[in-house]
Amino acid sequence: MSTAAVSVPSTRAQTKRSSLRRSRRWALIASYVFLIMFAIFFLIPPYYMVVTAFKTDAEVAHMATNPWIIADGATLDQFKILLTQTDFLIYFKNTAIVTVAVVCITMVVSVLAAFALGRMKFWGSGLLATGIFLTYLVPDTLLFIPLFQIVKAVGLLNSYWGMILVYPTLTVPFCTWIMIGYFQSIPKELDEAALIDGAGHMQMLTKIFIPVALPGIIAATIFAFTVSWAAFVYPMAFLYSSDQQVLTVGTVTSLIRADVYKWGMLMAGALLAAAPPLSSTRS
Amino acid sequence: MAEVTLRQVVKKYGDVEAVRSIDLDIPNNEFVVLVGPSGCGKSTTLRMIAGLEEITAGDISIGGEVVNDLPPKDRDIAMVFQNYALYPHMTSFENMAFGLKLRKFPKAEIKSRVEHAARILDITELLERRPKALSGGQRQRVAMGRAIVRNPKVFLFDEPLSNLDAKLRVQMRTEIKRVHQKVKTTTVYVTHDQVEAMTLADRVVVMNNGIIEQIGPPQELYHKPRTRFVAGFIGSPAMNFIPCTLEQHGDGLRVRLSDKIALPVPASRTGRYRPVVSKELTFGLRPEHVTEPHQGNGASGGDSNFAAVLDVVEPMGMETMVYFTIAGTEVCARVDPTAAGEAGATMQLHANMDHMHLIDPATNMVL
Repeated sequence: MSTAAVSVPSTRAQTKRSSLRRSRRWALIASYVFLIMFAIFFLIPPYYMVVTAFKTDAEVAHMATNPWIIADGATLDQFKILLTQTDFLIYFKNTAIVTVAVVCITMVVSVLAAFALGRMKFWGSGLLATGIFLTYLVPDTLLFIPLFQIVKAVGLLNSYWGMILVYPTLTVPFCTWIMIGYFQSIPKELDEAALIDGAGHMQMLTKIFIPVALPGIIAATIFAFTVSWAAFVYPMAFLYSSDQQVLTVGTVTSLIRADVYKWGMLMAGALLAAAPPLSSTRS
Repeated sequence: MAEVTLRQVVKKYGDVEAVRSIDLDIPNNEFVVLVGPSGCGKSTTLRMIAGLEEITAGDISIGGEVVNDLPPKDRDIAMVFQNYALYPHMTSFENMAFGLKLRKFPKAEIKSRVEHAARILDITELLERRPKALSGGQRQRVAMGRAIVRNPKVFLFDEPLSNLDAKLRVQMRTEIKRVHQKVKTTTVYVTHDQVEAMTLADRVVVMNNGIIEQIGPPQELYHKPRTRFVAGFIGSPAMNFIPCTLEQHGDGLRVRLSDKIALPVPASRTGRYRPVVSKELTFGLRPEHVTEPHQGNGASGGDSNFAAVLDVVEPMGMETMVYFTIAGTEVCARVDPTAAGEAGATMQLHANMDHMHLIDPATNMVL
C-alpha cells in the first residue's frame, strides 16, 4: 500500500520531468534553426566578397558562370594588382595612423571623463553625462557640415590629421557612456578602501578602476577602433587627395571609375580592409 | 595606538541631521562598538572618523590631533567594510600589501608584515588566491589582514559580519576578539546586532536618531539601561514593557499591571520610586526574569507569582519561550522546558522583581 502511495507521485514527477526535457529540446532546436538562418543571411556578403576576391577579372565579368563558386581556379591576381598598382597601401597606412590615434585619444578622454562623471559626484555631473550621450545621437551626416567649417578653419582640410580631430566626436560620447556604466557598477567601498589605503584619485583610477573595468575598456576600445576604421562620411567630405585618403573612401573612389567597377579588386580591398577589425573582435 | 575623541560632532545632509552633536571619548586600545537600528547615525559617525564623510560641525581627534580636515590616508586608520571591499584583480597578498606599497615601504618589510598578519589570521595558504576564489569568511580575514598590516592607530569596522551566514558570523566574531587581544589597537566597530556589540565590546555606545543614548560596558547597559530605548534594544528577546501604576501597599510599594496582577517592589527601591506613586508608568522586565516559580529563585509561593494563560510556546532546546498577555500587552517569559505548559494552558509564573525597571513614559527615561 505504501509502495502504491509513493509510486503515484513519483510517476507524476517523472512525466513532468520528461515533458520539461522535451520542451527544452524543442526550444533548443528552434534556437539553432533561427541562429543558422541568421548566420547564413549575414555570411552571404562576406562569402561573396571572399569568392570574388580570388577570381580573375574574366571570370567575374563572365555572366554565365555561377557567381557563388570559383570555377576557373583561385588566383591572387586581384591582391597583387591592388597592392602594387594602386594607392591601397597608402590608404591602409593612413587608416592605421588615424585609427591608432583616435583610439588612444578616445580611451584617454573617455576613461577620464567617465571616472569623473561616474565616481566623483559634483554639481551637474548627471546632466553632463546625459549631455555627452545625447551628442552621440546626432548623426555624422548632420555633423559634417559644421565640422567642415571647423576643420577648414584649423587648416586640416584634406589631411588625415583632420580625421584624428573629428572622429572622436563619434567615438568619445559612446565610449564615455559605456565606461560610466562600468565605473558606476564598481562598489563605492572599493574607492573608499583605496582612499584609506593611501591612494590619490589618479592612483585609484590607474591601480583599481582601470584593471577592474578592463572588460569595459576593451569593449570601448573595439568600438572606437571599428568606428574609426570604417568611417566613411567624414573622409568623403574632408579628404580629396589620394595621399591623404583612408581605406573606406580611397578603395571605392579609386576602383570605381564612372560606371566601371573593378569588382575583383574591390572585393580584395574590402577583404584586406576587413581583416584588422575582424581580428580585433576575435581578440 | 591612539585615543579617539569626538566633540559635539554634527552631520547634516541638507536639512536632515544624521548625527546630532555627539561627544565620545575612546581611550587607547579600547574596543568600542557603536550599535543601534538602521539610520541611527552609527555608520555615519564611523565614516566621519575615517574621513569618508565631512563633518558639519564639531571636532574629531585621533591621538590628540584634530583630523577634521585631514584626508583618510593621513589619519593613520584602517577600515574593514561590510562587503570586504577587496580589490578583485589582486591576490590576497597584493590586497594586503597595497596600502604599504602606496606608502613606499621596502619590499622585504611588506613581505614580512603581510606574512605576519597572515599567520595571525591563519590565511598563509590563501595569499596567492584572488578574492573570487575565497569564501566569505576567508575574504573577511583578508580584509582584516589588510587593516592589520598597516599597523594603524585605529581600526574601524563597518558591520563586517553582516554578509556572513549565522554560523560563520559567530566564528568570525570570536576571531575578531582574538585578533584584538593579539593586536591591541583602538577599535571602533559598527553593528546593528546587539549580540555582536555585547560580546565584542569593552564599551558599547548605543545610538538612536543621531544621538548617543548610553555609553557603558555591556553588563552595565544590560542591567542598568538609562532609557527605554536602551532597555529594549539590548537583550534578546527584548525586555517586556507593560503599562502600570505604582501604588502604596502597607509600608511598601506595588506595581499594578492589571486588575489581578500587582507585583511588590523590592524594599531597596521603595525610596527611589516613592515620588512617582500613583503615576502612569511603564514596567520593564526581561524575559529571563519571568520564570517558573522554584526554590532556586526563592519564589515558590511569593507575592511575585502570578498565573498566565499561554498564547504561544516556543521550545528552544535548553529553554522555552512562552508568550502571554497582561492587560492587552504581549509578554515573553523564559522558562525551563520541563515546566512549560502547552498553548492555552494556565501556567504559574514568577517575576524576579530585583531586576525590574520603571520607565517614565513622558521622558522615556528609566527611573
